[in-house]
This record gives sequence, C-alpha cells and structure tokens, in this order.
Amino acid sequence: MIKFNEIKRAFLVSIWFMFLTFPIMVIRVNPVERIVEWRWKNMILVGIGSFLLSFVWNYLMKRKELGVKKTEAGEETGTIPLAQRILGEKRIYIPGLVAIGVFTMVFPLIFSMYQTTIMTTALIYVMLGLGLNIVVGLAGLLDLGYVAFYAVGAYAYALLNYHFGLGFWMALPIGGVLGAIFGILLGFPVLRLRGDYLAIVTLGFGEIIRIILENWNEFSFGPSGIANIPRPSLFGIDLSVHSSIIYIYYIMIALCLFTVFVVNRLQDSRIGRAWIALREDEVACEAMGIDKAKTKLTAFSLGATWASMAGVMFAAKTTFVNPASFTIWESIMILCIVVLGGMGSIIGVIAGALVLILTPEYLRAFSEYRMLAFGTMLVVMMIFRPGGFIPNVRRVYKFEGVKSADKS
Amino acid sequence: MDYFLELFLGGLTRGSIYALIALGYTMVYGIIGLINFAHGEIYMIGAFTALIVISVLTLMGMNTLAILVIAGVIAVIYSSAYGYTVEKIAYKPLRNAPRLSALISAIGMSLFLQNYVLLAQTSDFLPFPCLIPDFEFMEPYAHIIGSTEIVILITTAVVMVLLTIMIKFTKIGKAMRATSQDKTMAMLVGINVNRVISVTFIVGSATAAIGGVLIASHVGMINFYVGFIAGIKAFVAAVLGGIGSIPGAVLGSFILGWTESFATGYVSSDYEDVFAFLFLVLILIFRPAGILGRSEKYKI
Repeated sequence: MIKFNEIKRAFLVSIWFMFLTFPIMVIRVNPVERIVEWRWKNMILVGIGSFLLSFVWNYLMKRKELGVKKTEAGEETGTIPLAQRILGEKRIYIPGLVAIGVFTMVFPLIFSMYQTTIMTTALIYVMLGLGLNIVVGLAGLLDLGYVAFYAVGAYAYALLNYHFGLGFWMALPIGGVLGAIFGILLGFPVLRLRGDYLAIVTLGFGEIIRIILENWNEFSFGPSGIANIPRPSLFGIDLSVHSSIIYIYYIMIALCLFTVFVVNRLQDSRIGRAWIALREDEVACEAMGIDKAKTKLTAFSLGATWASMAGVMFAAKTTFVNPASFTIWESIMILCIVVLGGMGSIIGVIAGALVLILTPEYLRAFSEYRMLAFGTMLVVMMIFRPGGFIPNVRRVYKFEGVKSADKS
Repeated sequence: MDYFLELFLGGLTRGSIYALIALGYTMVYGIIGLINFAHGEIYMIGAFTALIVISVLTLMGMNTLAILVIAGVIAVIYSSAYGYTVEKIAYKPLRNAPRLSALISAIGMSLFLQNYVLLAQTSDFLPFPCLIPDFEFMEPYAHIIGSTEIVILITTAVVMVLLTIMIKFTKIGKAMRATSQDKTMAMLVGINVNRVISVTFIVGSATAAIGGVLIASHVGMINFYVGFIAGIKAFVAAVLGGIGSIPGAVLGSFILGWTESFATGYVSSDYEDVFAFLFLVLILIFRPAGILGRSEKYKI
C-alpha cells in the first residue's frame, strides 16, 4: 500500500526538481540571434518523472536498509547471488561454457564484417576492464588515468612501426613491457597517497600524457595522429582487409583468454592476496608484513601491461591513432565497466564490458544519452549495489572440526 | 616590466577565481573527507544559469546593473540548490560506505551533470556578455588591468572575509568546526550533523556560483565542459595549500594562478594544464599535507 505521506513526499520532490531544472531544461537561449525558446513540455516531463522515480528511490532505500539491519543482526542471508549459483552448478556451467565457446569461435563466420569489428572493440574493452580490475578491483587503488597506458601501447606500436618498421608481433611484447615501465614510473610518486589524492594524480597523469601527445609534434605528429599502421600479419603473409579483420578477432579472443587465465591465477596467488589485503586495510596489511610499496607497484605495472597490450591491439585494428582517442572519458568508461560488472569479479567485468560497449552500438538512438546513463549508473550502483551485478564471492573458510569437538 | 606586472596581475585574477572554487572543495573535504568531484559542475551550472537569466532580462530591456545583480543572485540560489540536492542524492546514502564508493559516486554525479547541461542546452561555446562597466578612474591603468579584474579581486576578498567570519564567529561555523574534528562527538553534544553538512554544501556551492559568474564574464564564453578543468585546477590549489584549511586554499590558489600565468607568459601556452598537474604531483611527493595543512596521522 502506498501511504498518503509517501505521495505527499513524492509530490514535494517533483516540485523541487521542477524548480531545480527550470532554467536549464525549460529555457534555451541563443545569445547570438537573441532568441529565447521556452520548452514547458520538459518541465512537465521532469515533474512526472521525478514523482515516479521518488517512489522507486524510496522502495530501493527501504530494501537496502532492511538488508543492512539483517546483516547487523547477524542473520545469515544465505542467498548466494543467482549468477554465482549458476556458476557453481556443474550441469549448467559446463554446457554453457561450451556453448559460449562455440559461439565465439564461429561468430565471425556467421555474422558480417561490421559485427565482427564491433565485437573486436568490445573484446579490447574486456581486456582493458580486466586490467583495470587488477588496480581498482583487487588492489583498491582508484586509477583515473588508466587510458594513459592504453595510449602508451597504441603509440608504441605506431611509432616503432613508423621509425623501425617493427611488426605487430614484435610490438605486442615491447608495448607490454613499456606499459609496465610507465606503470612503475607513475607508481613511485603516488606510493604515499591514499584514495582520493591518488584519483586526482592519476587523472592528471593521464591528461599530461594526452596533452604531450597533442603538442609535441616532432615526436607524436600532434593532433593529426599517425596513419597507415599495418594490421597484424600471419606468418609473414599480408592478409586482405576482410580476412585480417577476422584474424584480429581471433587474436583478440586468444588475448582475452590469456588475460582471464593470468588474472585468475594472480587472484589466488600470494601477490593477489596481498592486493586484497591492501584494499581492505593498509595499516593492518603492513602490520602483517606485506611490503606496501612493492605490492602497489606490481598492481600498477601489471594493470598497465594489459592496457598497453590492448593499446597495441587498438592501433593494429584501427590502423590509425591520434590523441583524441585517449581522453579522460575513456578512463571513466573503463571504470564504469569494472563498477557495473562487479569490482574484483572476472565474469562480472567481461559481462560489464560486453553490455556497455555493445548496447550503444545496437541502440543508436540511445547513444546520445550514453554518458548521462553512465553517470547515473555509477551513482545508483554505488548506492544500491556496490558489489556490481555479478559480485565477487569471497572465499569462506569454515572451521568444521570445532563443532564436533564441542559435542563430545 | 609592464609585461611582468601584467602577468602578475593576470595570475592574481586567475588565482582569485580558483580560490572561489577551491573554498568549496576545502570546506567539504574538511567536513566529510570527500572530494566533491561534482563541485566544478556546480560552478558551471551557476555560470549557465546566470547566462540564461541575463539573456532573458536583456531581451526584456532592463538596465545593465540590475541585470548583473539579479543574475548573480539567481545563479547563487540555483547553485546552492544543486549543491544541496547533489549531496542528498549522491553522498548522504554513502556516508558510512567505503571511501572508494563515495568517490565513484561523485565522479558519476559530475558526469551526469555535464551531460545533463549538454543535452538540455548545447555543446557549443556560448558568448557570455561582459556586464561590468569600464570604470573611469581605471582609464590610465587599462593596459595592465581591466575593470572586470578589479571587480573579481574585490569580490574574492569580500567573500573570503565573510567566510572567515562565518566560520570563526557564528554558531553554524562553530558547529562546522566541531563536525570536522569529530563527527560522532559532535552528534553527542547535540549538533545536527546532517544539517551542518547540508549548510557546508550550500555555502560552498554559493561561492562557486560567484566564481562562475565572474570567470564567465572575464573569459567571455562558456560551455558545459568549463567546470571540469576549472574544478580540477581548483582542487590542485586546495591540495597545494593544505586541504581542509581555508587560508591554505586561498594561498594555494594564488600560487597556482601565478605559476600558470608566468609559465604561459614566459614558456609556452600549449602546456598550460601540464604545469598545474606537475605542480600537484611535486607537492604531493614532497609535502603531502600542503603548505598550511597539518599532517594527519593515520591510526586504526
């Protein structure tokens, strides 16, 4: 039942938002031609929209508070998220994995070249997301300049090819190593910083790299970028455009699988557990004898390696790089992927990347509102579902021997 | 020498505007320990609101001074309202959440507000009329400093003094200081912490709006993106001076303003933004607490 109070509240909220959005939503001025346009329709839309959203907001808030109370009372919620339950079930999991595997393998053969290109882009973002997941999800270091490493990789391939004629397969490891070096270079000055400072410094670092690429014409050819980067070759044979797009798709699949494998192994390794400890509490982590500096630096450099390799891939795919591809919004987009999917969860990040990259591609009408939706999503996710849609499940250790000892 | 003086005063103007924005950052940070990423957007919304009001009133044919006052007041009211609402939606539910969550939520809010203005208005740069008249007594110095710059300097000084008085001597200022020292303790002695935080956001947004109107009439144009870079630079200024400290924010802003002004004047204007960020990195390495900030010991 909706109570009278709630309706009154929602009504007040809608009045408030109508007032708030009045100048920006209703009036549009054109100072050059001195025309003022009044768009009253927008005001009504805002009013109705905020009236309805206020109920949704209240409902979600109540549910959240209920959840908090339950955990405070020590009640076992006992509900493992649906996605995790499916993954735990071997009967569904294995056929599902096979089906997805077959689908990705035959994808370029059944769909058009355009679809394959979009899919390749999405896979590049999967790789970027998994890389950032190491830094943000596992080590808890908010990096807003992640795109800088992506740019390092892309420009590494472009410039190495331009000056020395190096091929893709040579550039890929070199790009990765360069990324790691840059990761460490950034890591050193920020070792002492906590959360919010780190975010700003990394953001600044990303912007510095972009501005340098834009202005240092002798080095990076400025805003016009570098064109005619060769696509990867297959054992020295140059492929036609069509077959090389398919070839790039398969390389990307292989790279993604490699990334998933490495990140998965890292997560449960000594260093992975050190990252998680660092994320939870820095002081306690140091007290346990973990070298904070080393742990942070490895997180930065490993995250940067993946971004850089994705950058090499990006340059090879588009055959053209310029600084406009590496703005701060790209970093925030990758952050959205990690947050939406679930920080620390590999499957979540993959799903997040596919959803966030593919949806605007297929819903062209929606793409104008893309950034607005991303912003809303970040806020709403943080408030109501901080773990993401497919949250990472903590490994639980049970002491089963203790109970039986009590009985006897 | 004239060139030096021009750069010096240019830096001073730049610094005062950064100061108006940096005050909001520093106040919010001092109280809830959160970087309000959306603060730059609040400033942008203030400038946009002023532009809209000015355009409408100009068409109605009011006289310039009245327009300036009305536009300023409305911009301040709207910015405060936005600041208040942003806090209620994006930060209040996350008061007890990990810092990372609140930070990501703040970035989301900033992204949202930018695109909201972009979609509702336009992505083009809009010309912002300069409403501050040329003073006659300024005539002999016009080649060094304009009337707009003088107005900016005076306004900044007045705002700064008012803020200091508010924080030092009024009841709400006392409550703010108490809350920033210890939130739980403040609650125990009967301070309504939620109200204090709301007031902080309102005051911070209002100063940002004043900054917005002033810088828009100084630069002469705005678009939806002006808030972001200005916001980040103001943040750099706040960190430079020691975040959480009000005189620190002002000092940091002036230093940053001069650095940028001289660097672009004597070195190169292509790398203007790089200087600000490099400065930030250097400060954080050598003196993380800022010039006037107290270094905080982190305990469990």
